Amino acid sequence: MSGGSPGEASEFKRELTAVIPHLRAFARGLCGRPDLADDLVQETMLKAWSARDRFQPGTSMRAWTFVILRNAYLTEMRRNRFRGEYDENVAERILTAPAGQEEPLHLADMHRALMQLPPERREALLLVGAGGFSYEEAAEICGCAVGTIKSRVGRARAALNAMLEEGNIPHRSSSDDEAHGAILGELDEITSGRGKA
Amino acid sequence: MTDMEKKTGQSGQDRIAHDRQDGGNDPANKPDWAAGLRRLYDSVVEEPLPDSFKDLLSKLDDTGQ
Repeated sequence: MSGGSPGEASEFKRELTAVIPHLRAFARGLCGRPDLADDLVQETMLKAWSARDRFQPGTSMRAWTFVILRNAYLTEMRRNRFRGEYDENVAERILTAPAGQEEPLHLADMHRALMQLPPERREALLLVGAGGFSYEEAAEICGCAVGTIKSRVGRARAALNAMLEEGNIPHRSSSDDEAHGAILGELDEITSGRGKA
Repeated sequence: MTDMEKKTGQSGQDRIAHDRQDGGNDPANKPDWAAGLRRLYDSVVEEPLPDSFKDLLSKLDDTGQ
């Protein structure tokens, strides 16, 4: 490892610390599970720290670490770590969100709609529509052509529009119990739909 | 690292907290979920950081790996 003064290391650490909330948001959008998302972020932080000599000061720490996070996610996907467990456990995980971190239900709706998108489109939409990256930046993070990102974002948007128009996302219920019932019902549908496909 | 990272550099960082562009989406015709998507993302960004992250950060200090 080629040096890096203590000052550079602490500046790197400061920037890394600052992007953790964004890494958590991106990771949760990618894999849909708060605990695995945080595992991914911690893995990302360790990898970023080991590779800190390769980070160019003055460039975007967020874009740089997103690439690392994305690669870690894809590796886990290939190992099937997320896919196998997702359908079984996601309901429980939504319902056992730590106190004080519960999302208003409309955000839970949004989350479920997002998780129905194919991963490449979800990722593109997260980067551009939520993370605020330009198409060009998103293409660089994903290592693909700008046109590909535009196409994925366009398809993701169309899918979300269709879900809303067709009412496939359950609306807010008056009580939490009903709401949770709706979430579970929706998940059952997703699960059975996937089973057939 | 590369030209690519130089390009993504400042603009990406400046936009972390505010003034995000929606990648060319027509603002006048923005569906409801577009704001919902942002809120979903922001709701995680605004969560207090779990202790496990602070522990990990302090380890990075100690080991200097």
